[in-house]
Parts: sequence; structure tokens; C-alpha cells
Amino acid sequence: MRRIVVAAASTVSGLVLVLAYPTSLNRQAAPATALPGSGQSQSATGGAGSGASQSGSTSDGTVTGDAVMTQWGVVQVEVQVSGGKVASARAVQVPDGNPMDQRINSVAVPILEQETVAASSAQIDVVSGATVTSEGYISSLQSALDQAGL
Amino acid sequence: VTAGTAVLDRRAWHQTVMGMPVSVHVRGERVDGDVPAAVASLYAELRSVDAVFSTYRDDSEVSRLARGELRRRDCSPDVREVLTLCDLARRRTGGAFDARRRLPDGGTAVDPSGLVKGWATERAARHLARLPGLDWYVCAGGDVVGHVASDARPAWRVGVEDPADRELLVAVLPLRDGGVATSGTAARGDHVWDPDTGRPVRSRLASVTVAGPSLLWADVLATALFVRGVDAAPAVAADGYEVLLVHRDGSVEHLPPG
Repeated sequence: MRRIVVAAASTVSGLVLVLAYPTSLNRQAAPATALPGSGQSQSATGGAGSGASQSGSTSDGTVTGDAVMTQWGVVQVEVQVSGGKVASARAVQVPDGNPMDQRINSVAVPILEQETVAASSAQIDVVSGATVTSEGYISSLQSALDQAGL
Repeated sequence: VTAGTAVLDRRAWHQTVMGMPVSVHVRGERVDGDVPAAVASLYAELRSVDAVFSTYRDDSEVSRLARGELRRRDCSPDVREVLTLCDLARRRTGGAFDARRRLPDGGTAVDPSGLVKGWATERAARHLARLPGLDWYVCAGGDVVGHVASDARPAWRVGVEDPADRELLVAVLPLRDGGVATSGTAARGDHVWDPDTGRPVRSRLASVTVAGPSLLWADVLATALFVRGVDAAPAVAADGYEVLLVHRDGSVEHLPPG
């Protein structure tokens, strides 16, 4: 996950992260087994480099993220950058046999619409939602953010 | 990060505590040093809170209180503090937030769980707050408390989950200092109870998000608005809290803090 973040520019990194996430939705069969009160650690650490991706100004054009191997297969995303913002995004590589395109679009479009609201980058640091159980957690955007250490 | 600011390092942790996922994210020029120990202290504190307040543990103080084995005045200072805050929350919300549960036999039991999460998360976050120059946030089961140490750094960007589709967001709220809490039925089914009926809330709203200086109160106010509906929202906004109402039809209403 880190490679894609480091490789891409800021507006791109957040989006790619979100885009990479839906792959997990199709593989939900292994929910977290934590019981209420158990404290198992699943630390995900980011580190040097990930913060640096916010500093550069993004020039217009097409940016292709690294092909990233996830546990569900290879994900690679290409984004069109215009005026320093992500104008569109598409997956150029998705895991085989995985109906991901639709999912990617269903996530990407609303995120892109946030651009106009937030007038900043597409990056989301954290997700607020109604109380999430451990089981439901893996289907939350937050887990993707944690895993990337972003 | 704007030009002239040093490159910021980032780091994240995740554990399941109190039956919910708790994430800690930090950002700063140095995220090693004292930071890992502070994060460990934060998680340790949440685990000890769970031992005292869990309604899933028969031997917890709150379970004993609910069974009448323990009197309120004999409880630990933490439990008494939370019960006092529950009373305050009930008054402040005109009864919409109520930690008392009606029992089938007509009695009542105290279940402060709805307030404990925000209270404990906010309190445990002090371990991070005392580290100078550190940006941090803690996300506990969808409620967020955070801080940004410098105006030169970007606010944390809090995506608000779409209650109709958890893959989507309905808004992004900037967070520099304080808390963001969401109440709704999206993630867990009916888990908000109407104190008047003792039954799950059938809210006209899909979710309510409240952001403001205190996570504890943002959480209480979000619950109260979800139970009582939109009428109280202007008063909450007037109190300095930002309100985001997501209606059942998917429309989103935003009340800036006034």
C-alpha cells in the first residue's frame, strides 16, 4: 500500500487509497473475530515518506499509480489531474474475476464531488460514522486508511 | 503541508478495544520518541475503562451497579463522574439522552455505555495532547477526537459516512481541535433507544453528525438529535456545534456552528 502512496502526488494518494479499498468488499468472508473487550493488536504503521506526498504541487496530466499487490490481487489506478485536482480516475488493473469497476466508480464519483465542497485535496484522513463493530470494521474506509498508515 | 513547513512524518495504530475498532493517527516532524509510549498508554487506559464499564462483563462495576449489588456512592470516582455526566446530559438534552434503561419488569437499569465511549476516548487522548508539536486523532468506533498543533498544517479531513451506503461519504469536515461524532442506525442496526418508549428509535433521520470542541458532548448531542429529530438542531448549532443531518431521503442538511 505504501508504494502507491509514495509514488503518487497528494491528491492522488488519498484517492488511490480509497479506490484500492473496495477490493476488500468482495472478500468479506473473514470478519475480525475480536470479541467485545478483547485487545488484539493489528498495528499498521506508515512512516517516512508518506507525509511528504502532500508537499508537491501537482502538474496537470495523467498519473498512474504503482501496481500494488493486495491480498485480493493487483490494483493499479490512473487519475487525470487538472488544476491540481483529480478530475477523473479509473482502474487500469483490477483483480481477476472481481467486479470492481462499478465499485470503484461508486466510490470515486462521490469522493470527487467532495472536491468541490472541500476545495482541497481528495484525501480523507478519517471516517466518522455510526458506531462500527469490529466485524463491520473491515468494510469501513477507515480500515483502509489505517492499513496504509496514512 | 505548505512550503516552509518541515516534511511531516505520519504513523498509525489500530486495536480493538471496548468492542470497537480504535485507530490512532499521528503526524509531526518526529513521530517516534515519546509517541509510541503515549499511544500504548492511551490503549491501556481504554482497556482499563472497559474492565470497569463493560456491560458485557458480569464482574464490571457497571454490571454490578445495574444488578443493584453496588450503590452509586460506593462506585469508583470514574464511575461516579460518568454517572454525573449522564445526569447532566439528560438535563442538557431535555431527556433525549438518557442512560437509564427501562426493564421489562418496570424497573430501570443504568447503562452509561452511550456516554462512556466519548468520555473515555477524549480522556485517553490526553496522552497524545501533552506531546508538543504533534498532530493526532483518535477514531473510536466512528467517533473522532483530534488536534492539529499548528495553523500552518492542514486540518484533519473527516469524511462523514453515507448511512445508506457505507462505501460513500456525504461530506468532509475539517478538524483542527475537538471532536466529531455520528449517531445513526447504519453500522449496527438499531442501537439507539428512545428513553420514552424503551424501544429502538425509529428516527426520521438516517444519521446525525455533530462536530465541536468536545467529543463527549458532540456524541451526546448527536444521539439526542437522532432521537428527537431536527427541531433541536438549531439550538445545538447555536451552542457552538456544527450539525450535519442526513435525512432518510438522502438529503443532507448542514447547520454551521453559530
